[in-house]
Amino acid sequence: MVEIKQNLIVVGSRPARVDAVDKVIGRASYATDVRLPGMLVGRVLRSPYAHARILSIDTGRAEKLPGVYGVVTAADLPPLEGDDAVGEKAFRDRELASDKVLYVGHPIAAVAARTPEIAQEALDLIRVEYDVLTPVVDVLAAMKADAPILHHDMRTRSLAGTGEKPTNVAAHFEQVKGDPGQGFAEADVIVDREFRNPMVHQCYLEPHSSTAVWSDNGGLTLYVTTQGTFSVRSHVVRLLRLSMSQVKVVPMEVGGAFGGKNSSYVDGVAAMLARKARRPVKVTMSRPETFMATGPNSGSVLRVKMGATRDGHLTAAEATLIYEAGAYPGSPVGSGSHVMFAPYQIPNGRLEGYDVVVNKPVVSSYRAPGATQACFVAEQVINELAGTLGFDPIEFRLLNSVKEGSETVDGTVHRHIGAIEVLQAAKASPHYTTPLEGPNRGRGVGHAFWGNWGACSSVTMTVNSDGTVSMVMGSVDITGTRTSIAMQAAETLGLPLDRVKCTMGDTDSIGYSDTSGGSRTTVATGHAAVKAAHDVIDKMRERAAQIWEVDVQAVVFDAGIFHVPDDLDKTLSFQALAELLPRTGNVVIGVGNVDVADWGSCFGTHIADVEVDPETGKVTLLRYTVVQDVGKAIHPMQVEGQLQGGATQGIGWALYEGYEFDAAGQMLNPTLLDYKIPTALDVPDIETILVEVPYPHHPFGARGVGENPIMPPPAAIAEAIYQAVGARVCDLPITPARILETLGII
Amino acid sequence: MATVVVPHLMRDLTGGLARVEAPGHTVRAVIDALEERYPGFRSRLCEDDALSAVLTIAVDGKVSRLGLMQPVGQSSEIRFLPVIEGG
Repeated sequence: MVEIKQNLIVVGSRPARVDAVDKVIGRASYATDVRLPGMLVGRVLRSPYAHARILSIDTGRAEKLPGVYGVVTAADLPPLEGDDAVGEKAFRDRELASDKVLYVGHPIAAVAARTPEIAQEALDLIRVEYDVLTPVVDVLAAMKADAPILHHDMRTRSLAGTGEKPTNVAAHFEQVKGDPGQGFAEADVIVDREFRNPMVHQCYLEPHSSTAVWSDNGGLTLYVTTQGTFSVRSHVVRLLRLSMSQVKVVPMEVGGAFGGKNSSYVDGVAAMLARKARRPVKVTMSRPETFMATGPNSGSVLRVKMGATRDGHLTAAEATLIYEAGAYPGSPVGSGSHVMFAPYQIPNGRLEGYDVVVNKPVVSSYRAPGATQACFVAEQVINELAGTLGFDPIEFRLLNSVKEGSETVDGTVHRHIGAIEVLQAAKASPHYTTPLEGPNRGRGVGHAFWGNWGACSSVTMTVNSDGTVSMVMGSVDITGTRTSIAMQAAETLGLPLDRVKCTMGDTDSIGYSDTSGGSRTTVATGHAAVKAAHDVIDKMRERAAQIWEVDVQAVVFDAGIFHVPDDLDKTLSFQALAELLPRTGNVVIGVGNVDVADWGSCFGTHIADVEVDPETGKVTLLRYTVVQDVGKAIHPMQVEGQLQGGATQGIGWALYEGYEFDAAGQMLNPTLLDYKIPTALDVPDIETILVEVPYPHHPFGARGVGENPIMPPPAAIAEAIYQAVGARVCDLPITPARILETLGII
Repeated sequence: MATVVVPHLMRDLTGGLARVEAPGHTVRAVIDALEERYPGFRSRLCEDDALSAVLTIAVDGKVSRLGLMQPVGQSSEIRFLPVIEGG
């Protein structure tokens, strides 16, 4: 526990983001803006088949094409060593397939050329001979004993023991609490339903792009769009067997990420091409490549069963979660199972999960990975139980809500939470207390728990001789964190925000920092900034003690002033002392390096009002409110933006978005014309209510806020549609056609 | 002695016991102790002397990222969960 600071001046205010002007006027530099002398264009050849053996790759004609400077395939990677115990072949095959392709879009080769046209012509000249295999694109079909097998060396990993036969089920788990059978026997009402959702993409506007340049002494510099420079470095170091000090990763501005830029897709290929071509090479993905060859969230099939007594108490809950991993193992099924029943006190429960490979893109993290679909299904059933039992949906949730010390179905324990406070704020909100009137209109509620993350962050802080502070952080700023972290430093130093400048460091200029994901950056890197600020204060107290010829313990720092109590002659402002630093022993540099083990989870409740056209099935969102426990809003406007942005993406899941595949595994809608995401015309002005239950292990009480708000919208909107027209739709997205089908109209 | 909540799918090793106690100051030491009593216990949870990549540990209800190195107290409760990730 830390002492949470009170009487805040900078924290909790709403200054303009430090990156705002450059982004608004187009001056900010993104990865695609990088231009280097002699730079070439890199392009990637991708598989047209979802499942095929590669019999041969002939790059000879492409290499001879004038204007081509290099062609690479898996054969250009360092040779495999050892017995592949750590899955090195699979890691390399994801970058460039060597003997088998596993989804449409799987990279096979890449070229570096003088122009995009020459690069494309060279790709057309590469001859790949395939033995086309039967693909499996349905997750339930992939689990059958006679399904086509993607990886013949794969066995199911399970706590029951590793399987003996080749399978597409990469992992299986089962968790049990209490006696589910007895719990359901005690229930007066049981709801048992099956749900499906398709793959959904993060749809960041900026595509993946990486520019690689090698120095003559073997150093590699990468200019990238990423959530984590150090994870890019690790990826490239592993792929090309380099030392970490050989590789410098420079973060550019990020044009949206949402989890999708935790993974590396073109950095390794850009490095390989640049080394072969002996020139800088930039590789930028197109929108169809982004859809087909990066990592969406899992499509999934979920079955949920919950029971409750007539007086409204949950007695048991069960869920089976079957998640698509895409072509290689690693779906977020564990995250889904962890959160889905976590908002409620449930004495008996069972969670069973399957991680299943299919011939589709390899899934990646997407804002609360695996949780949006899990929340959708659990909250739909909660809403149905509340309605069947005649309870107000928020009252039903309050009756069953977890409290301090409650144990979830998977055995984790809630501590320092604001679940009740959030539900009460939602119940008292202007939205919920305003009756919804009119035909074909309905209101729905969704409620979610997300655990957040802490992890490693590094910050350095240099005190300049004019009293300003230059700060470098290892985190990539994807959400305005340069501002929110500088605010925490300024508050600690007793300075106005405009005296503290925060920049993103490259991997050579700052210590290791984990990726900007898991709703961790403002919290964990904020911790590091506060620690660095305290380091600065301690060192400046020492300098003041030297100047005043007193013991350092006599020097007190308070609200930006160094002084010796009861001695009015010994008082210096932060700036005045900074001006003396060059003459008393050089600048002061503070360091903050943390591995945050205690981080706060958060709860959110959403309220949605819709109107449904009963003839066309069109859904219009009339009003939408997000209520969330944010601990302490460091920058309330940024927090509100996170809540609105997350909710908007959840609205996309609810009503519009989803990959469509044909039986051959070809994506049918790989453009933003065919893959619909919500626009400003589809989303009302989202109201936000920030509930502040301080998290006691953060200096200002902050919690991560970014992921939770994507989770509740599908359930809230589904329930609102049910209340409007009586259609309980169990598959996402809830399209007009699905509503009309459920109503029996078509 | 720390208490381990035996995962449902591993109770064939413990004769159906849902909770077992074992000495040790880290998760690794506790697992080693249980391996002696219930052969096969470690291989279900670990790969190459590390916690399985598909698992995470919760000690006293809190998820840890230290894996087998996670310290445990005399009255700690250890659980094994599917890996949890953020975005």
